[in-house]
Amino acid sequence: MKSGRFDTTILTLCFAFLYIPIIILVIYSFNASKLVTVWGGFSTQWYRQMWSNEGLMDAAWVTIRVGILSASIGTVLGTLAALTLVRFTRFPGRMLFSGMIYAPLVMPEVITGLSLLLLFVAVGIDRGFWTVTIAHTTFTMCYVAIVVQSRLITFDRSLEEAALDLGCPPVKTFFKITLPLILPAVIAGWMLAFTLSLDDLVIASFATGPGATTLPIKIYSQVRLGVTPEINAACTILIGIVTIGVIIASVVTKRQEYQRQRDEHFAAKGA
Amino acid sequence: MAKSLGPVKRKFTPWTDPAAQPFIRFENITKRFGTFVAVDNLTLDIYEKEFFSLLGPSGCGKTTLMRMLAGFEEPTEGRILLQGKDISGVPPYRRPTNMMFQSYALFPHMTVEKNIAFGLEQDKLPKGEIDTRVQEMLKLVKLEQFAKRKPSQLSGGQRQRVALARSLAKRPKVLLLDEPLGALDRKLREETQFELMDIQHTLGLTFLIVTHDQEEAMTVSDRIAVMDKGIIMQVATPAEIYEAPNSRYVADFIGDINILDGKVVSTTAAGGQAGTVRLDCGGLAVAVDQECAAVVGNDVAFAIRPEKVRISLDKPADDSVNAAYGEVWDIGYLGDFSLFLVKTQDGRVLRAAQANVARLVDRPITFGDMVWLSWSADAGLVLTR
Repeated sequence: MKSGRFDTTILTLCFAFLYIPIIILVIYSFNASKLVTVWGGFSTQWYRQMWSNEGLMDAAWVTIRVGILSASIGTVLGTLAALTLVRFTRFPGRMLFSGMIYAPLVMPEVITGLSLLLLFVAVGIDRGFWTVTIAHTTFTMCYVAIVVQSRLITFDRSLEEAALDLGCPPVKTFFKITLPLILPAVIAGWMLAFTLSLDDLVIASFATGPGATTLPIKIYSQVRLGVTPEINAACTILIGIVTIGVIIASVVTKRQEYQRQRDEHFAAKGA
Repeated sequence: MAKSLGPVKRKFTPWTDPAAQPFIRFENITKRFGTFVAVDNLTLDIYEKEFFSLLGPSGCGKTTLMRMLAGFEEPTEGRILLQGKDISGVPPYRRPTNMMFQSYALFPHMTVEKNIAFGLEQDKLPKGEIDTRVQEMLKLVKLEQFAKRKPSQLSGGQRQRVALARSLAKRPKVLLLDEPLGALDRKLREETQFELMDIQHTLGLTFLIVTHDQEEAMTVSDRIAVMDKGIIMQVATPAEIYEAPNSRYVADFIGDINILDGKVVSTTAAGGQAGTVRLDCGGLAVAVDQECAAVVGNDVAFAIRPEKVRISLDKPADDSVNAAYGEVWDIGYLGDFSLFLVKTQDGRVLRAAQANVARLVDRPITFGDMVWLSWSADAGLVLTR
């Protein structure tokens, strides 16, 4: 291929642009020096120090709880929304409903955050852990709805009809047939929701209140006082968690795909 | 695969018995989807233990009719009676019907065993009984050694058997089969057709099959309903449908047939009595013996199956038979039969089939030969609609 070198160059530049900042951050988290920009030898002291930093650890704990809770609620609601959109192709306001499911994806976060803040103030809810969770649920459920919807479109409805035909009532059919089959998509949606909740700064800072500082908010506020290698360490761990999550999700999907192909090959041979 | 022949089939014609109660009755059923009329004021009786086919092209409403019986669709008008009871509004999971789906719809996350047991588990049968019934079903469809496989690890023919076993496991009053053999190759399909008949006969169930394959319907059914655009064109036994179609549509849909437009010249079959109807089919004079209500001057059609047309190089000795003269235009060699396409002097193409009774590579009649086509008066049919 003639354009091989050109392609390689472009690809290298793209990846460099994407990942050099992250690599620098990871490298400097192992810096022995307190100065962020001067390399003073390898050390893991900032990780140790981070563990004993109560503020940071509290924030991490809040973030994880918010993440798990909002991802779970968002997954339930998002799955229900996806079912409605795919199954009930004709109901008044369907276009509006489906548009409204997608809207939060393109809505500027500042606006989502601000509107939620105004709502919480108007209703008179004390801002804190639960308001952040509610805020995260509202935007993560849209992502779940889209992931699950794309799976449901290819779902063979005769499977559900077969279950009904064999005497299984509709709700039981959903749990015995539909849910097990769309579960990979639901899990992928949950992972996505959790990851999105984990690294959200803008919406969380609008919806939060005293006592519910999430990790991104904590990091952001500390950076304003000067970047410490401790923050680098915390970010490295965050990157680690997200990377592992993404890898697990893609491995699960790949393995299922592989299994399906293998099964089909097996079947084609008539074995 | 060894075929168990089972008990000898007996003549089975409950529809001719005026005292017989229909098992399933579709009563003035209309089904509309928006403005589209899928089924149009249709009435049909099906009897117990009957193997009944709904036959028609795609979009004729046959699948909709079946889905209404299964409970997946509700009729817009009319009602469906099962053993005399109106089943309108009964959800599919409470109907004593089971369906074998066209796509088989096997649950991909369950083994063959679990698939077959699914319906029985819904009835909350004791575990031991479920196991016995599953084994029975696996044996019936000869899949004992595949019990632990997932559907994706089976071939098309095996999946079809699992689907059949699953739908039979609950011993439904009526088994609905939606294009059950469509995905199988020809040889397997023929085998399975006979097995289906065998199973139906052994278990004594009522089968309702939807198909667009007329050969399949002819082979398996006690009676066939030929459908077109939401209405039933004819309900009759396979032999009646083939030998005495009531309309051009049915004649044309089932098997191969020559159809010529004609006019009634004279008739002694007045008032629906048997007699001889003489037609003028654009210059070709044809005489037909049958019961017919057509009167002189009516526009009708003359129809004759290719295998009822004799083909010969010499003029038929008997002057009383119908005859046409023409040139062999094309020959289709089908192995058991040869199909001759003969172009008559007025440019029409008639088809004649001849059984290849002798083992000859070179047949006496070949392309370009001038031949005589002849048929007796009771071979053809006058179609009035």
